Amino acid sequence: MVAFARLRQGVLLPRLVAGVVLLACWQGLAMSGLLFRDVIPTVPALAAGLVRVFASPDFYANLAVTSAELAAALVAGGVAGLVVGLGLGASPFASGAFEPWLNYLGPTPKIILFPLLILMFGVGLESKMAMGAVSCFFPIAISVAAGVRGVDAVLLRVGRSFRARWDQMLVKIYLPAMVAPLLNGARLGFGVALIGVLLAETKLAKQGLGFMVMDAYQRFDMPRMYGLLMVSVGLAAGLNLLLERLAGRAGLRNIRRERS
Amino acid sequence: MILPPRAAPWFGVGCILLALVLLQGAIEAGWVDVYIVPLPSDMLAALPRLVADENVVGRFAITFGETLASGLLALVVGVALGMALQHWPRLLLAFESWFALLAAAPLAMAYPLFLVLFGRGPLTIIVIAFASALAPVVLKTVEGLSTVRPVLMDVGRSLRLSRGQAFRMILLPAALPQIFVGLRLALVFALINVVGVEFLINLGGLGQLINELAERFDLPGTWAAIGLVVGVSICFFLLLEGGERWLRSRG
Repeated sequence: MVAFARLRQGVLLPRLVAGVVLLACWQGLAMSGLLFRDVIPTVPALAAGLVRVFASPDFYANLAVTSAELAAALVAGGVAGLVVGLGLGASPFASGAFEPWLNYLGPTPKIILFPLLILMFGVGLESKMAMGAVSCFFPIAISVAAGVRGVDAVLLRVGRSFRARWDQMLVKIYLPAMVAPLLNGARLGFGVALIGVLLAETKLAKQGLGFMVMDAYQRFDMPRMYGLLMVSVGLAAGLNLLLERLAGRAGLRNIRRERS
Repeated sequence: MILPPRAAPWFGVGCILLALVLLQGAIEAGWVDVYIVPLPSDMLAALPRLVADENVVGRFAITFGETLASGLLALVVGVALGMALQHWPRLLLAFESWFALLAAAPLAMAYPLFLVLFGRGPLTIIVIAFASALAPVVLKTVEGLSTVRPVLMDVGRSLRLSRGQAFRMILLPAALPQIFVGLRLALVFALINVVGVEFLINLGGLGQLINELAERFDLPGTWAAIGLVVGVSICFFLLLEGGERWLRSRG
């Protein structure tokens, strides 16, 4: 632990150096005149753009829109993924019939479905929700199915010897034993749903963070565009990483509980 | 189930075909709007038209050229970075989480930034795909190198191998399986981003095809093109899986 703390202090210096070098390279490139002026704003201009983003009320309005779309997408895609995943996990035959399709459809680029979703759900918020829902359905269904198969057979036998009904089995045995894969599915689903929603907003929208980025791009307001990208990409990456750590910790706790 | 487990994959295919037939019936009966979901038979009929008129083969070559270029570039740079991180533990401690953050970032969303920096051309697409594929390769390389069994390193030490020899003869072969995983991930991420960005900025290969057909409101064509792209991606993933197995069996 002491050694780790010492290493931790040793971490600060390389990080600082890397940060300063990156910023200096950026500033040098901005001042070099190699690229058109304004294409790469100077570091102070970037900082000002960032501050301007946080100070503008329409940023928060659009953030709320994107969050609402994301939440609806996660509920719809999550429920569908949970149901399908439970079904596939419970039946080896269904898994053999349909899971290969999920596995191979999962990583295909979902954004190409967006034109169809616009036709089905219109140009408003609904088509972005659908985009996010379609994106997060696959990782959630796949990890739930794997989670069901990973539940300890002893637990299932205990449930059966208590003559638990199917709903009791689900709530008292399956779901508690599946915390780690559920969290992992939620994390993966969150990440791809967010990308789906944001990309859809950049393609065709009148609201949302993706729309704001495109708007700044089309007006060639570079400091604002960079500021928005830093905030939205940073926010998404940070949330993703946080969920990943949480899911990892829950998984560890489960393993530890099983061992003790 | 009455059917034997071996029949499961065929059952799956049968269900999908049945769903298409039911869809055809539902549209012909007027229950589903033909201007939202075209007839599956029309989608099928649109496929030869796409190949003949829309230069599908050429687009295919563009998309795969860009995918291979960015994926392989990510492999080379990523493995080198992963080795450097593994070599200097302090750098690993300092920057592994940065790469985890990079892997978690939706870089494709920053495509306006890349458009501004690199212009609206193939270079932009390759850079975005490279940036998205890099972090997974770095992380997988580090994982592969750091999970080499200590006993193997001890054998090397007792044989008095130099650092270079130990790396070449022990570390690298032991880490290869993970590096293959990294390669597969790099190509998968590259393909997703190439197709996605082609669609979003309406430029280049298969992704643009979908955008164009959708903007022309050629619905059977759009659906057929989406089916085509999904099919092509699935073939690509299958090939990668096969390739990874083959490399592993030889390594």
